[in-house]
Amino acid sequence: MTNSALGPALHPAPAAGAGAVERRLRARRDTGRGLLMPYVTGGITPGWTDYLRAFAAAGADAIEVGLPFSDPTLDGVTIQQAGDTALARGASTRRILADLSGMPALGVPLVASTYYNLVLHEGPEAFCAALRRAGVGGLIVPDLPVHEADELEGAAAAAGIELSLLASPATPQPRLAEISRRSRGFVYAVSLMGTTGERTALAASAAELTERIRRVTDRPVLLGFGISTPDQAREARRHADGVVVGAAVMRRVLDGAGPDDLRAFLTTLRQALDQECDRPR
Amino acid sequence: MRQVTATEGTILTAADLAGNGVHGDDPDVHGKFGIFGGRYVPEALIPALDQVAAEYERARNDVAFLREFDHLLRTYAGRPTTLTEVPRFSEQAGGARIILKREDLTHTGAHKINNVLGQALLTKRLGKRRVIAETGAGQHGVATATAAALMGLECVIYMGAVDCERQALNVARMKLLGATVVPVHNGSKTLKDAINEAFRDWVTNVDTTHYLFGTIAGPHPFPEIVRDFARIIGVEARRQMLELTGKLPDAVCAAVGGGSNAIGIFHAFLEDEGVALHGYEAGGRGLETGEHALTLTEGSIGVLHGSRTYVLQDEEGQTIESHSISAGLDYPGVGPEHAWLKDTGRAAYHGITDAEAMEAFALLARTEGIIPAIESSHALAGALKLGRELGPEATILVNLSGRGDKDMGTAMKYFNL
Repeated sequence: MTNSALGPALHPAPAAGAGAVERRLRARRDTGRGLLMPYVTGGITPGWTDYLRAFAAAGADAIEVGLPFSDPTLDGVTIQQAGDTALARGASTRRILADLSGMPALGVPLVASTYYNLVLHEGPEAFCAALRRAGVGGLIVPDLPVHEADELEGAAAAAGIELSLLASPATPQPRLAEISRRSRGFVYAVSLMGTTGERTALAASAAELTERIRRVTDRPVLLGFGISTPDQAREARRHADGVVVGAAVMRRVLDGAGPDDLRAFLTTLRQALDQECDRPR
Repeated sequence: MRQVTATEGTILTAADLAGNGVHGDDPDVHGKFGIFGGRYVPEALIPALDQVAAEYERARNDVAFLREFDHLLRTYAGRPTTLTEVPRFSEQAGGARIILKREDLTHTGAHKINNVLGQALLTKRLGKRRVIAETGAGQHGVATATAAALMGLECVIYMGAVDCERQALNVARMKLLGATVVPVHNGSKTLKDAINEAFRDWVTNVDTTHYLFGTIAGPHPFPEIVRDFARIIGVEARRQMLELTGKLPDAVCAAVGGGSNAIGIFHAFLEDEGVALHGYEAGGRGLETGEHALTLTEGSIGVLHGSRTYVLQDEEGQTIESHSISAGLDYPGVGPEHAWLKDTGRAAYHGITDAEAMEAFALLARTEGIIPAIESSHALAGALKLGRELGPEATILVNLSGRGDKDMGTAMKYFNL
């Protein structure tokens, strides 16, 4: 039964049946590329979808689109402010998805992220179907731990939406195995105990967590929370398959940076990730 | 069933704390009351919630813990609290016999002390040295700061900036008790935003910190723990009613914000089918104005602060800012057990406007010499209505959950005093 071509024998055969987001991330990872998933709060500015094009041009491998919620308990000040700003502009799930539907194809998978109340409000089936119609392939719900995920997991699978689960440094190993097994697209490794937001250094807990996830899956592992600079991205790349960059992007957007500025910033991260191809696996 | 023997001479037994399970009143293993409750929180908090749940399970089966909690309730909080019959007030209630459970007479002036002492003991068992809490009216913050001072714990209280202003006296009390009060300027700057900020603190400092949750909302096991520590209100009141009147009341009335004082008095009566349970939410300026906190009566099912329950939300699923003249009821969510009691029909929930509450507030002061909290005044106003419906034969027990000293600023403005 062993087939070393499928990866370490420890892991069950993976990619068969994987969705489009996961297939894309695996394919790119397997070429040795460090994965980059920048985040933008949907509806943050009138022409906010221009940021998506800039992210794609900078070499994003996937793009996370936040659907703002009034009570973002896991977000630090930057993403909170971005959400409040978007909501004050009249942003809503429906309008953000309509904006995405109206865009020409980006060629980069889109992953929505939001809090569970917005999913439940529409109903998990209708919500996932709406994501699908808007061309979104994945979903992250940071206040939905694995044991509450059953109803959304089924609805997402039925609609062809890959529901990525989050793992934290405090998660015990058996639970980490369940999260990794049930996660689709990738496993979102939360680098630290805390909220989203820029930090001066990559948390020490990041390396240990990604190492523990790797022991139980070969699904792509993206490290998020507090990754703000090229140096931190390079450091993160030594442990994970790639990085999620949210607050560092949104602080610039809130300060008035346009799509071109963000493209320049993300290009520096892209280059940092590309430099670090020969890391140990 | 639990096999802990009641300790001789105490007012509290394991059964008092834990209920009896007959009414399905312990949530299931996932913390669900029917479809309500659960744990909709970041993954990082799950191990901490597991730890709290496991330690609580040990504590409530530990006679030493029960004895210590009981001792604090009697010698520090001032339990048991008395019942007071209020005949002059009752004249305005169609002559129905109204009897108050006097939680306003506890140390710190509100029922919140019961839960806080229990959880502060639990904090020590958890080996944590720091507590954080949210507060709306400031009563839970004051109670938490009090217990933290008593037990030598570091204490940080999150409070909406708007609430800090309208409850300035309680801010000063918390500071005097050694707590750090952090005004929260996000969102509506009230209780819900204070809870958001407390969750952010907890996820960052969970190794050292216990989140001393103040109401029966939030993720499992908080709705169960807070209920169990508040349950003494109804346990006492049920015994006292039998002693005083020889029978159970026809109805029990309580104000509902998050719902802890209401569940505290309701719970011991859940199996008494002849006892109607009535919860009164803040109707604010009136349903038609949209400025209210009618979560159970007008809200819809959603997820807020870690729990699936009724919430006030707009057509997009964004939380709506609630309104009430009483900061303690100004909350767009509610404990999942109330959502479940509503849907099963065991309890009924109604709205009381600011004006109705303030009328009852003044009436109790003038007729009985008791100044109630504005929160509790919603239950009093409900009892006045209910008494007129039920007639002079009816006996109504009201949870006077707190005293009104903290509300004098609001009363001065409202009545031009």
